[in-house]
Amino acid sequence: MAVDTETVKRVARLSRIAVTDEEAARMEGELNAILGFVAQLDEVDVEGVEPMTSAAPTTMKKRQDVVTEGDQAEAITANAPLSDDGFFLVPKVVE
Amino acid sequence: MSDLTSLTIAEARDKLRQKEFTSAELTDAYLSAIRGANEKLNAYVTVTEDKARAMAKASDERLAKGDGGALEGIPLGIKDLFATKDVHTQACSHILDRFTPPYESTVTQNLWNAGAVMLGKLNMDEFAMGSSNETSYYGPVTNPWRSKQSNENLVPGGSSGGSATAVSAFLCAGATATDTGGSIRQPAAFTGTVGIKPTYGRCSRWGIVAFASSLDQAGPIARDVRDAAIMLKEMASVDDKDTTSLDRPVPDYEAAVGQSVKGLKIGIPKEYRIEGMPGEIDELWQRGIHWLKDAGAQIVDITLPHTKYALPAYYIVAPAEASSNLARYDGVRYGLREQSDDVVDMYEGTRSKGFGAEVKRRIMIGTYVLSAGYYDAYYLKAQKVRTLIKRDFDLAFENGVDAILTPATPSSAFAIDDAEMAADPVKMYLNDIFTVTVNMAGLPGISVPAGLDAKGLPLGLQLIGRPFDEETLFRAAHTIEQAAGRFTPERWW
Repeated sequence: MAVDTETVKRVARLSRIAVTDEEAARMEGELNAILGFVAQLDEVDVEGVEPMTSAAPTTMKKRQDVVTEGDQAEAITANAPLSDDGFFLVPKVVE
Repeated sequence: MSDLTSLTIAEARDKLRQKEFTSAELTDAYLSAIRGANEKLNAYVTVTEDKARAMAKASDERLAKGDGGALEGIPLGIKDLFATKDVHTQACSHILDRFTPPYESTVTQNLWNAGAVMLGKLNMDEFAMGSSNETSYYGPVTNPWRSKQSNENLVPGGSSGGSATAVSAFLCAGATATDTGGSIRQPAAFTGTVGIKPTYGRCSRWGIVAFASSLDQAGPIARDVRDAAIMLKEMASVDDKDTTSLDRPVPDYEAAVGQSVKGLKIGIPKEYRIEGMPGEIDELWQRGIHWLKDAGAQIVDITLPHTKYALPAYYIVAPAEASSNLARYDGVRYGLREQSDDVVDMYEGTRSKGFGAEVKRRIMIGTYVLSAGYYDAYYLKAQKVRTLIKRDFDLAFENGVDAILTPATPSSAFAIDDAEMAADPVKMYLNDIFTVTVNMAGLPGISVPAGLDAKGLPLGLQLIGRPFDEETLFRAAHTIEQAAGRFTPERWW
């Protein structure tokens, strides 16, 4: 499967990465080279094969559904580019 | 390299306990070495001098009382991927500008609990995506090794290039690193150092900036096999904060170093003799086979038929998981933000400016293979191929193979700004052809220096083991180390 410039722009939009026309054209070639490389997997018969989920047989650990480290709004927003009184600030999303 | 910085971790540990010198002296020797080298090598992105001196002082107090930990007073470098409380932690990306976490990763906390001293944060490929350390926002790292024939600057490999260079150039006693497709073992091979990626689940991933969660594992890069064993024992733990951390006691890996390989069955997989492989790599492999045979190991030919599909499957799984993990960098919670009145423009502007070209490429590939209608054809298929890759290994181990010997990389270190690598991302990806299978199957793998090529550059051999059998890898790697000797770059920096 090969991608065209329009697909590259659509994927960039889904990825939330702004790209210029020039970048999209360059990425088209690069992404097709990678997709061409991974197309080798078409040769592999995976009929009846389960997808791998873990390296060693294991059951996923579950924790108690309790608050462990709450009340840390200040620490959590400490690295935010914009915050106010324990809240993250973002551009208006609802009119 | 001063007399103090030339010591291995094991030597420094013993001499600190015998009070031949203090951790403050050892730490100062390293800080001085960093000051004299970092401008040329660019291994450290932050040097934490004050913290290092304070930690060394505290270590000296504990040592004076005779109650130091296993790494008491030993100065280490930390890859920038590990969260270190109140210290630069940016995965060497522009998008994490100014991020200083209010928490500590489990692995680094384990090291501090054992008494280790932090010298600073080490350069790496941005978000650990790269095989040459050239994708770092902080610029490339230079390999302390140079070809005998030229003074061209070479890459140290990646993504743990800062870790490998710092260890090789005596700028720390040992370093933390991480490995998603070969990021510990390939740089170790390129710099004449020892690197081990333990079994998936052996080291906690908590507090390590996520790249591809089903593949990422932490491990050490060290000057010799014993030091790698000493460091891994302290890094590994069972951690409730990482649900993929497996509930198994951590063995005393150092005790395995020096044990005989007599009677071990070592598998040689024919699929690793790839087309176009340089003769020097094959000769190195043959030498490794002879060394293990001479030490009493039994050599058997094995087949791992799905080997060639590991790298293409990796370039689906890793970007897919990365595209999901890196969705969190949106300009809201941390790091860089490109202001805009529109939230989507803010996201897109921030991510376009904050991510480098390789990271964007992988996010785009990952988004594409996970987009509507493609999941089964790409990600699910690749995860099924992983099962087949793992089954190949399982069969070999069921047939009595204790460890598998392969080359670590298909070449020695290449030049910074290599034109062919820059022009073709797939050519760069091929660096990981021998290492990536191990991540896909979740197995442990160690890279150990085994010789120099015609240019005088180090080459490594890789040993692959059963899940949670790192001890056999330390045994066999030590045997190779004994036969091959140690490799130290000649100082030019």
